Amino acid sequence: MAAPETSPTPSSLRNAFGHVFSFFILILIGVLAFSIRLFSVIKYESVIHEFDPYFNYRVTQFLTKNGIYDFWNWFDDRTWYPLGRVIGGTVYPGLTLTAGTLWWLLNSLNIPLSVETVCVFTAPIFSAFASWATYLLTKEVKGAGAGLTAAALLAMVPSYISRSVAGSYDNEAVAIFALIFTFYLYIKTLNTGSLFYATLNSIAYFYMVCSWGGYTFIINLIPMHVLLCIVTGRYSSRLYIAYAPLVVLGTLLAALVPVVGFNAVMTSEHFASFLVFIIIHVVALVYYIKGILSPRMFKVAVMLVLSVGLVICCTVVAVLIALVASSPTKGWSGRSLSLLDPTYASKYIPIIASVSEHQPPTWPSYFMDLNILAFLVPAGIVACFLPLSDASSFVILYIVTSVYFSGVMVRLMLVLAPAACIMSGIALSGAFDVLTRSLKFQLPGTSEIFASDAVDTGSESVILNKDGAKEDKSEDSVKERPSKKSKKKEKEKEKEKEKEKEKEKENAGTLSSRSHAGTSSRRPLVLPVEASVIAIFLLVLLVAFYVVHCVWAAAEAYSAPSIVLTSQSPDGLHVFDDFREAYAWLSHNTDVDDKVASWWDYGYQTTAMANRTVIVDNNTWNNTHIATVGTAMSSPEKAAWEIFNSLDVKYVLVVFGGLVGYPSDDINKFLWMVRIGGGVFPHIKEPDYLRDGQYRIDSQATPTMLNCLMYKLSYYRFVETDGKGFDRVRRTEIGKKYFKLTHFEEVFTTHHWMVRIYKLKSPRNRIRGKTKKSKSKSSSTISSKSSRTRKKNPWN
Amino acid sequence: MARSSTAKDAQALIQSLRSAYAATPTNLKIIDLYIIFAVSTALIQVVYMALVGSFPFNSFLSGVLSCVGTAVLAVCLRIQVNKENKEFKDLPPERAFADFVLCNLVLHLVIMNFLG
Repeated sequence: MAAPETSPTPSSLRNAFGHVFSFFILILIGVLAFSIRLFSVIKYESVIHEFDPYFNYRVTQFLTKNGIYDFWNWFDDRTWYPLGRVIGGTVYPGLTLTAGTLWWLLNSLNIPLSVETVCVFTAPIFSAFASWATYLLTKEVKGAGAGLTAAALLAMVPSYISRSVAGSYDNEAVAIFALIFTFYLYIKTLNTGSLFYATLNSIAYFYMVCSWGGYTFIINLIPMHVLLCIVTGRYSSRLYIAYAPLVVLGTLLAALVPVVGFNAVMTSEHFASFLVFIIIHVVALVYYIKGILSPRMFKVAVMLVLSVGLVICCTVVAVLIALVASSPTKGWSGRSLSLLDPTYASKYIPIIASVSEHQPPTWPSYFMDLNILAFLVPAGIVACFLPLSDASSFVILYIVTSVYFSGVMVRLMLVLAPAACIMSGIALSGAFDVLTRSLKFQLPGTSEIFASDAVDTGSESVILNKDGAKEDKSEDSVKERPSKKSKKKEKEKEKEKEKEKEKEKENAGTLSSRSHAGTSSRRPLVLPVEASVIAIFLLVLLVAFYVVHCVWAAAEAYSAPSIVLTSQSPDGLHVFDDFREAYAWLSHNTDVDDKVASWWDYGYQTTAMANRTVIVDNNTWNNTHIATVGTAMSSPEKAAWEIFNSLDVKYVLVVFGGLVGYPSDDINKFLWMVRIGGGVFPHIKEPDYLRDGQYRIDSQATPTMLNCLMYKLSYYRFVETDGKGFDRVRRTEIGKKYFKLTHFEEVFTTHHWMVRIYKLKSPRNRIRGKTKKSKSKSSSTISSKSSRTRKKNPWN
Repeated sequence: MARSSTAKDAQALIQSLRSAYAATPTNLKIIDLYIIFAVSTALIQVVYMALVGSFPFNSFLSGVLSCVGTAVLAVCLRIQVNKENKEFKDLPPERAFADFVLCNLVLHLVIMNFLG
């Protein structure tokens, strides 16, 4: 891992060898990052996963079929019926454009891959790129050894794997690469002060804006870092070159992306960067004037400038605050607000809170997703502090902010993962560095000097020796101040060593190692041979555990496509392919223009796989529309029929896991439908569906619950399966077993009952049947009926 | 009393500023002029926007950001070619200028795209 650093003799040949070696390691890391994500293809098949990827896949298909101009102007009339959706202007195009370009490139090279294959493998390819970008970033911060370690860690960090297995074709797949690469270019610009890298930086930022809404993280983190540098007195002209062009070019480029547009200058997520942009100009001017004036005159100037500058700043700030305060949400969008105030979403926006990946994470999920990185991070932070440079302060800021954000939303664990990898890479490579070096010094040849060195008298020579060796070594590192750096590095090593020793004490607990630790903690420069051997062994063991965990996570935990489910039982492997069965039924047996209503989770899949128009989908842009569907699902059959009929719906699709024990079905999501529906239509009240605050579907359930459409559609004829109606997810017998549907008819139920499709009965038959029975009363009942339903039906 | 002393201070300050600035090389002075020109153009546009309104907002934005961007890039160039900056000793002015041109090219390509 610390390949280039193991060469003690200053020979250029060895350096070259080190470079080639690390190049090969990088290639292997790329291969590893790619291949560890292929478990899903091997264990299942090459399919697109989950929900959002289906939409992205559909957009990519459209792009490859119709070209880029039609893509920008695409108005999709197959979703959000009857509203439709402007896809070109509401989608982050980075991912689709990337995959589309990839497909086009392969096809023009006469490699005829299908669009789906390209989409499936986009994420693994980009995770290889992401690990290379991590290498570059960490190399800028702490040298090549740390870079290689961090890249290897990132290639298999479970948190990132969970979002980038083959088939999970989502924005994050390319966005994490873009994020890390943008940070790398920022640090590179900061270290070199080259305008060329600043240009590249803003282009990388553009790519990030194209790919993911998380770009606001960059445009807030970099100003924070700049501000930190200014406040701690680390302003330099390199900082100016790194920041000022980025703001101007980055803002312009971000405004080019249709989905961002004028938001790039209008919303307050971006205001921090403008404020810091002004501040850095003031600071730059101050430093310039300080440079050309004598100290005494400078004091006078400070007085004058301060009084004038303060007034200007105050007015600017006042104007900004007034602007921001005048907008209703204070200019912040809901998702960003829920980042700052974690309780915001659950209080005001049930649609955001209802998504499981927007919930705060639990503690075990940190260990699951980061594993050993979770406790290597503090060591990395310490290592970053010891020679605090601009770059390392940036990485520290990155990890601190991302830890906070990951604590707010599970999804943002993904942003934390690269930071954690970088930190752990620094920590691990630092530790290995110390240990291997102390081994090297004590191996034959130099051992005589150190034999007497348990006492502190000889340690001076150690320092000298080491400094000499260090200087040679630092030639291949990129930093500009070799001597300073090596001294500081030494301090860092001490810290690492102490940590190591503590670990040893805990783990090995042998007498010898403890005594060694005692002697060397006085002048902890070189560890005794035994101690370092043991420590290296333990570290390798630790990393091995990490690798095992990652492979397990990749193979078992995160590879399920969730479109095809499997379960392992004593009599073999069961495959539940009900979703595709149902969508195939829809596409073969219904009319092209039929509208299918379902809860919004299945909207993308229905449009992509069944090619049918849906009422709501996973792009939750219209809360009222979703609330309408939620209201229909939680209303009694008749009211629901009226709502659906007013929306032109022909088929209703529900997902039901009670027969096979599939827990994320519609009954478990039902309370969210009630909440979201009740948020817009107040006659739906959550307490009506709860018995003493408990959500239940057995005989204790409330009548409202037992009569609502969702219950009926889920459990219709369910009792026929086993005679009792035992729900395997809720682990109870259902409350109401025998009932008939009056306004809906079952048209299709999949093999394992996971998807049930109902058709709305046509109204004419029903009315004729009724009018036959009660001819005389018909007119009055109908009129009273319509007046009654008017309250319930929002579409009248 | 205090007023006169600040006035005197200000005078002395301006004097020393002027003398210090007179020592800067001509090429830096040219860059300074260029920066001042760009910034004042941006200011004129802002004033015009305040008078007339910001209706084609993208045009206004690209106009102002074009000027601000040019100014910022020129400041970067000035920092890099300034002999007194020790940080950029090993950066030849030709390289700095090439970077500057490249960055400007990108900036104005973007602006042309955005203007529309």
